[in-house]
Formats: sequence, C-alpha cells, structure tokens
Amino acid sequence: MSEVQINEASNTRKVTIKAWRFNAETDYLPYTKQYEMEVGKDELILDLMNKIKWEHDGSFSYRRSCRHGICGACAIKVNGKSVLACKQNAIELLDLFDNDITLEPSSKKRAVKDMIIDKSDFWEKHAQVKPYIVADIDPTPQTESKQSISQFNSLLDADLCIQCGACHYACPALEVNDAFLGPAALAAAYRFTADTRDEATQERLEITFESGAGVWDCVKCFECAEACPKEVNPIEKIGKLHNMQFEHGVAISNIATRHAEGFLRGIKKTGYLDEADIVTYSEGYLGMYKHIGTAVKMLKVGKIHWHSGIPFINSIPKIKNLDEVQKLIKISQTNKL
Amino acid sequence: MSEQLHYALFTGCTAKQSTPELLSSTLAVADKLGIKITILEEASCCGASHLQDFDEFLAHVLNARNICYAEKLGLTMITICNTCQLNSAMTKHALDKDAALKARVNEKLAEVGLEYKGTSEIKHFLYAIIDEYGLENVKEKVTVPLSHLNIAPFYGCHNIRPSELHETSNGGENPYVPNSLDKLISALEGNPVDYESKNKCCGFHVELQANHASEVLSGNALLDAIDNSADLMVTPCPLCHLKMDTYQGSISKVMGREVELPVLHMPQMVALALGCTEKEIGLNFHVQKAKHLYSTSA
Repeated sequence: MSEVQINEASNTRKVTIKAWRFNAETDYLPYTKQYEMEVGKDELILDLMNKIKWEHDGSFSYRRSCRHGICGACAIKVNGKSVLACKQNAIELLDLFDNDITLEPSSKKRAVKDMIIDKSDFWEKHAQVKPYIVADIDPTPQTESKQSISQFNSLLDADLCIQCGACHYACPALEVNDAFLGPAALAAAYRFTADTRDEATQERLEITFESGAGVWDCVKCFECAEACPKEVNPIEKIGKLHNMQFEHGVAISNIATRHAEGFLRGIKKTGYLDEADIVTYSEGYLGMYKHIGTAVKMLKVGKIHWHSGIPFINSIPKIKNLDEVQKLIKISQTNKL
Repeated sequence: MSEQLHYALFTGCTAKQSTPELLSSTLAVADKLGIKITILEEASCCGASHLQDFDEFLAHVLNARNICYAEKLGLTMITICNTCQLNSAMTKHALDKDAALKARVNEKLAEVGLEYKGTSEIKHFLYAIIDEYGLENVKEKVTVPLSHLNIAPFYGCHNIRPSELHETSNGGENPYVPNSLDKLISALEGNPVDYESKNKCCGFHVELQANHASEVLSGNALLDAIDNSADLMVTPCPLCHLKMDTYQGSISKVMGREVELPVLHMPQMVALALGCTEKEIGLNFHVQKAKHLYSTSA
C-alpha cells in the first residue's frame, strides 16, 4: 500500500500515480515516473492522463479522441488490467490496487511513445476476417434491406465492438502465437458471418478454421471477456464459430475437431471422458509417438493404467444410470463431424 | 459450526481417472472438517468446453442432468475442478435466464424422467471451504502448520473468469487480484508467494493442437513461481495440475531452463496441514516428485 491522503472536505484522494515511459526513437530502456495528484471520485483514468500531460509533463503521450467510450482510441492497461481510459473510474482502480497504480500501454512490446502503441498487427488481423458484409448489393436500391429483430439479435453483442484492442492485447494465446487472429478479429468474423445479408459465411468459417490462426487456437482463458469495455464477450463468439464450423461442414476431421467430438466416445461408454482414448483418437495412432515419454511417466506413478491405453479393454468406472446419458445423446445431438 | 455442512460432490472425470489423489484428499479434508459429502455417482462429464465447441445444446442437456441430481438431494453442488465449475455454472446461467432454452432442455430431460429446476447452487470446494466453512474454523483444525513452505497459488482461469458468471459463487473474487487461495495458504500458516502469473492461463486446453503455446504458457507461470522462491505450487484445478505437473520435462526443453516444482491440488495442501495420511494425500501419483513435502511437514 502506498502513501495516500484522503481529503474528506473536497472528497478527493491525494495519491502518487506511476506511468510507464518510453520513447522508441530516443530511449534504450523504458522507465517509470511518478506524479502526485488529487483524484476526485468521478474522475476517469483519462482525467489522470490529462493531468500528467497538462500539469506535470507535456511530453507524456497517449491517444484520446471522443471521451465517450466509442472511438476506442484510449485503451491502455493499469497494473495489467485492460481499461478504456475514458470509461474507467480512477477511484475504483485505486481501491482495487491499494492506491498503487501504474499506467501502461496496452502492449509494452509494441510501444511507440508512452501509452501509444503500433496497432498495425490488430488492424491486419481484423482485415483478414473480411469485417464487412459481402453481398451483391444494388447501388441504387428501391427498397430498404430490412432485418427482423430476431435476425438482429442473432448477432448477439458482437456489433458493439469499437476496435479498441483491449481484448486483443489481453489475449495470452496471441502473446505466444503470432499467427492467431485473436479475440477481436474472431468476434468480428462472427458478427458478419451471423448476418443474414452476408454471403461469405463459408469463406469466413474457413478462415477462422485455419490451424494456428483460427478459433481452435483459443486457450479458453476468458481474458477477452473480462477485458472488453463494451461487453462484446469475444470468447462466446469464438464458441459460436466452433459450432457453426460443424453446422456448415467446414470442420474437417483433424486433431482439434476430433478432440471436441471425441468427448462423446467416452461419455457414451462410461459417462466420463476417456482420458487415454481422447488423446489416441485425437492424435491418431501415428501421432501417439509424441506422447510416449509422458505416458511412460504417467504409468510409472499410476496416473494411467495399462488397460486404459488399450481401447478394447475398458475399466474406467461407469456412472450410475448411464442409459439416461446414452439416450439423451441420441435425442439431443445436433452436430456431426 | 452450528449446523453440519452437506454437499453433493460432482467429481468430474480427472478425479476418477488420472488424479485419484484429488478425490481421496478432498474426501479426507471433508472428513477432518466434518463436512458431509454425497458423491453424485450419476453425474457425467461436463464437456470441458470441448464438447461445447462441438455441440453446445447437447452439452447443456448433459450438464443440466448432472445438476438435476444435486437438486433432487436439495443440496449445493460442489466441484473440485475449475472447468467443471465453469461449464456447470454456464449451463445453469443459460437455463436460468433463458426460459425457452430451459424448456427445450427439459423436454429432453423429461424423456429420462428428470426436470431441471434451477434450485441448486454450484460452488467450487475452495469457496465452500472459505465462504461457508470459514477460514477461522479451518485454522483451528491445523495440526501440521505449513510455515516452512513458500506456496505459490495458481488460481486457474475457470474459477475467476468471467467474473460476472462467478461472482455469486466465488465470493466476488477479483480476477485481477484474486486472494482466496492466498488467504487459505495463510490460514494453514504457509507463506503465500506473490507472483504475477498467479491468475494466468496454463494452456491446458490447447495441449494437443497447439502444444508449443501450451508449454510456453505453463512454463512462464512455473518459472515465475520458481523465481519468486516457491517451494511448491497449489491449484484448485486438476487440469492446471495435469498440465503443470505431468509436462515439466517437455516444458523445460521448450523454456531452455530446468523447470522443477511440485504442483499440489488445493485439497492436498489442506490435507497436509490437517494431518491426513500419506495414502489420502496421494503425492505418489504426481509425476514431479513431491513426496519430500511429507518429511518437511511431519
């Protein structure tokens, strides 16, 4: 907890705000600077950045424009948490982080100057999913192209995205896999694929099926859902794309799709996932060589047993009333691989 | 405790297969604390988000069926896996807010004589211990204080995100500064290790199709804990455990650094401090050697 003075009369809090500083043109290494200021209960993180620039150091750089949570320019991180500076109350964050906050760019490795980052990777990924309606539209239409309420609702909240990049730079899958399209681009892919006026469903589902780039490389951490300031819930849209790939026959049999569909093999037999079978089935017998080392280690300590490596002998416990599960699968299954 | 706590336990698949030590230590801890457990032997796999990717509706039907059995007993359903918690809670949330979906699911369940009502809460055992049993009461039961151990809490994504889904079941844990496991470690007189990766992803769910990404995510977290002087890591999620315990050999190769750190299940840590037996704690089932923890704590 850092030094803090609470001024009850003016309802403000005197705190020291830290900011991550770096100028790619002149600095060899980044550094942190501290700024003392009074923070009022209604002030936003953007107000704090303005105070640094206007009252302490005019060279402090950040993007800002609309101040109304719609242009998406001012997304930064505070103590690692993605925020839209013009929407995020400052006291709320001071409370959350014990009055010790550091303003950081969305992506330190992409920093150009202070909070300003080179967002070209975001826009390139976004463009890859064709984030627009693909349709042969008459340039001089005589009637409106109407959408029903249910057609609009099927877009879910995907249309609320303001391309601020908060989710994109919070995504750990992107941190370790440059090819991954990321949550914002995938949410945009869903938005246009789910639009009944759009004619590029198949193409977009193929783009987002691509191994390395597409939805199957999402690590399912829910960081994007947490980071989004507009409640787009990108991972929900990623889930919808998974389902649509099966519905539209885009999902071909590969290690990732067999891993998803293969869950049913064990559940039908015992009610449980068959941990040994799911690896064998997903990888294919030829792919199993990668797992031999691990399997031997697991066998040694009793994590897996000889019989579970052999698909014909099954001694995984069965759940009670397995017949119910088998019947429910029969009458409820909607997709096929 | 004025009234004995009684829960319906959804074991999930791993506790019945590759991590039997999770089930035995959970039951041992419940026994020591005087918590009554009824195992839901009828419950099937939660789908682990993968079945959901294939067929979301079917996954809702199967999860709703599991919850039905807890409802029949009139008990809160507790989970011992973050991913079971997430997927069960997601089905509950979807059905409770969408009457049409609930009706569609119940139409299927009626075929096997069941009905989902929405009367049972779903809670991870970690939060049942903290919020319902109470840490003060846990402290009183400690017979083997963990004061000699630096313990790195690894929260696992699916107990803390999305926070909106979990806020009624996880005591409003903030995903950016989670502290429940830290508090539990302190209650057992262990030293919680503060490190940046405690709320990060282990990469388990892409282990097969994106192995490199998965190894790096786990490696980053394990090395962060090691670099902050952790003697061991503890997690409430058996999938994080499987990834981070079983694969330390290959993770070391990917990271270019020796990665060696015992990774305990949350109930195993509690069981150590409550003086449960070696057999109940089951550290012999770990790939990364952890048995030395007995000798230091005994």
